Amino acid sequence: MSGGCGRNPPPFPDDEDQERAELDTQVLDSDEDDEDDEGEDIFTGARSKAITPTSAPDEGDIFSEEGSYVRSDVHHTTNGLHSDEELDLFTEATVELTLTNTTSQGRREIIGPTVSACNTTHVPNSILKPSIVTKTMEELKEEESGDQFELNIAVTNPEKIGDGMNAYMSYKVSTQTTLPMFLNKTFSVRRRFSDFLGLYEKISAKHSLVVGKEFLMLTLVGKEDSSSAEFVEKRRAALERYLQRVVAHPSLLQDPDVREFLERDELPRAVNTQALSGPGLLKMINRVSDAVNKMTIKINESDNWFESKLQEVENEEQLLRRLHAAVDSLVNHRKELCSNTVVFSKSVAMLGSVEENSALSRALSQLAEVEDKMEQLHQQQAFSDFFILAELLADYVRLLGAVRCCFEQRMKVWQRLQEAQSTLQKKREAEAKLLWANKPEKLQQAKDDINEWESKVSQYERDFERVTCTVRKEVLRFEKEKARDFKQHIVKYLESLLHTQHRLVKCWEAFLPEAKAIA
Amino acid sequence: SFFPPKLFKRQTLCDMIPLVHSVSVDLNNDASLVIDIPDALCERDKVKFTVHTKTTLSSFQKPEYSVQRQHEDFIWLHDTIVETEEYAGLIIPPAPPKPDFEGPREKMHKLGEGESSMTKEEYAKMKQELEAEYLAVFKKTVQVHEVFLQRLSSHPMFRKDRNFQIFLEYDQDLTVRRKNAKEMFGGFFKNMVKSADEVLISGVKEVDEFFEQEKNFLLDYSSKIKDATAKAEKMTRSHKNVADDYNHISGALNNIAADNNTAFKKHLEKCAEVFEKLRKVEDRMASDQELKLTELLRYYTRDIQAAKDLLYRRARALADYENSNKALDKARLKGKDVAQAEENQKQCLQKFDKLSESGKKELTSFKARRVVAFRKNLIEMTELEIKHAKNSVSLLQGSIEVLKSN
Repeated sequence: MSGGCGRNPPPFPDDEDQERAELDTQVLDSDEDDEDDEGEDIFTGARSKAITPTSAPDEGDIFSEEGSYVRSDVHHTTNGLHSDEELDLFTEATVELTLTNTTSQGRREIIGPTVSACNTTHVPNSILKPSIVTKTMEELKEEESGDQFELNIAVTNPEKIGDGMNAYMSYKVSTQTTLPMFLNKTFSVRRRFSDFLGLYEKISAKHSLVVGKEFLMLTLVGKEDSSSAEFVEKRRAALERYLQRVVAHPSLLQDPDVREFLERDELPRAVNTQALSGPGLLKMINRVSDAVNKMTIKINESDNWFESKLQEVENEEQLLRRLHAAVDSLVNHRKELCSNTVVFSKSVAMLGSVEENSALSRALSQLAEVEDKMEQLHQQQAFSDFFILAELLADYVRLLGAVRCCFEQRMKVWQRLQEAQSTLQKKREAEAKLLWANKPEKLQQAKDDINEWESKVSQYERDFERVTCTVRKEVLRFEKEKARDFKQHIVKYLESLLHTQHRLVKCWEAFLPEAKAIA
Repeated sequence: SFFPPKLFKRQTLCDMIPLVHSVSVDLNNDASLVIDIPDALCERDKVKFTVHTKTTLSSFQKPEYSVQRQHEDFIWLHDTIVETEEYAGLIIPPAPPKPDFEGPREKMHKLGEGESSMTKEEYAKMKQELEAEYLAVFKKTVQVHEVFLQRLSSHPMFRKDRNFQIFLEYDQDLTVRRKNAKEMFGGFFKNMVKSADEVLISGVKEVDEFFEQEKNFLLDYSSKIKDATAKAEKMTRSHKNVADDYNHISGALNNIAADNNTAFKKHLEKCAEVFEKLRKVEDRMASDQELKLTELLRYYTRDIQAAKDLLYRRARALADYENSNKALDKARLKGKDVAQAEENQKQCLQKFDKLSESGKKELTSFKARRVVAFRKNLIEMTELEIKHAKNSVSLLQGSIEVLKSN
């Protein structure tokens, strides 16, 4: 396989047979490693929360109109105030439902009828709606442990297709799942970079308030040599993390575009992204999450949850940046340690070669070998430093930016409501003036205007409530996800360190008798 | 000043295995003359070593002495010994390098500048780090000065040296004496020694197989050990940088934890703690490798140089002898001053023979000493690295358990 920086992405046991492909989610080997295994398996499986249908429809496809459902504990009026335990992970799905035909390429703004939609029975065939399930506490708990259903995604085997100007990198996207909504349990497809971009384009507008859809490829833009093995690996890992975040979000997982991306053999070429997959577009996409919060609109609300939460998010972003900088420094220093170690190893070997005492000479060349092995260990560790920790932090710094964007969007909705209210007020005043001035012919128009704006205001009020509810839930979901993600990665990182230290012990233990043999 | 004059007592200096036992073995065995440096005063630029002597030798006036000496005094002692004709056939213990606090001093400066941009805890932590580093440099310099004196005291000839005795006994400042000596010698010999390698390489044909081999070995070995020392230093520095990064990561995690009010807070604090502990272990790994390996290489680079200097002096003596032969032939031809020339030739030969004889002995024991020292240090280093790595393993295992169970 290409991309030979020495860090092979986790190999699939049997590349040819997709059905049997099993994804190795175990991170690190134990002690019985032999000396020449290539690199860490830092494959992470994304686990989405399980979907538990309570009534299985005939076709086995839970996405039918007759499908099941109603969510009973959705609170419209409490401004999204749920305690964590009650939080139904799928109510957002109702809000973020795509009401568009799946084959359309267009983008539709989502602020439309939502929660109430689940109550209507009049739903056209072409529209898929998510399964909204009644959850017992038991089922919720099962979901938490992720026992019931699984979804693991890996992006591997980058391969250069074609040559010259038209050459591109193709990636294997493999899915292993027990979710019934997929046709198979394990399957894989090949996708190219613009396909990923195309996916992002399709889902980003449909799910404007979802954090996790962001195509965080900013680090892969610009100066880096795009043919280097390291670059390919970085990109592969970033694409993998991207997909894992996408499927970790319940609304996105339900999105047919996402499923199509994972399942469908041949994806129609995302033409409009082809020309744009250069740095320009990526910068534009990522600009959103990097934007400094310029909105200083203050929303009058009795509950300052949003205000204080936004502040929290901004603070955390800064602190994460600093942590990322420290980890970045670690990566660089460890790489330096690698090169200095290998240089030292050679020097010791030279010294050993001129040493006249033969036992000491042998010990010195053994020492050189030990240092050489250590260099490999440091190299692997630097890899872990970067891919397990640094990239995670870099992603989250930007995801926090995306969270800020949600807040910004809510502010815009608020602003629109305010403006509508003010317009309504003006229309009322205009009507009053007309009454005073006794101009009956214009009165009807004024009344019509008032009606129009009254309904707008109430529409926008509902919108604002809905967005408020959504953002709040989304933020809470995100925080939970972030905590889980961090925990997982930190443990994985510590395991990588443990692995390295184990090996170190072995290296030195092998050398000790050599040192003792000096006479 | 940042670091007020500090008196470092031996107890604090000794929590590492003393260099003196490792680098040059068996130096303090002879109870008739025992020397150590129990403490040192560090004042800005100057370090004042307390040199403590216990002796049963009759040549000394008192059985015990305690004097203050500066680095320059050690250099003076070394130089006078080098210039002593009598010792030309001996390997002269290399002079201790000048105390180099540049590293910590620079960091201290940066810390002072960056004080306003960090939290109190961070500042306190970094200051602590810095003091530890300062202390480490300090320990090393005390030890190399001590080893120098102990090499002299354990050598049958050097221990009787008059200047050595003055160094140990004289209760006043040696500065005045030093200045006088400098004027006398002018350091000209040192300049000559610089081109010693050329003499050795291109020099007169060697008849003695032993010395021919030694010459080749020492020339080759000396450039390689110098190189290995430099590379080891770089490697250790990188290692320390990694340890420092763990520290910063720990600090950053603590900052995040401080702001966090969820169940995740504990998790973050635990992680911060792990990194802090890792840092300590990593730091010890780096320090021990430095002390046992890098310092060993450094020391023997200097010692090899001292051995080369011996070869050089012998080569000079050989050249002198050859010249005296030529002069004698000339004198015989001319029929003038023959007796003088004969006498000269005789003396040159004597000197050369003496140097060869003593040189052979010295170089042979040097070989043995070197091998023993390497063995000891490599074993000790390996054992320490294993110990530290095992500590890391159990630290990490424990932490992973805790984090997973939450």
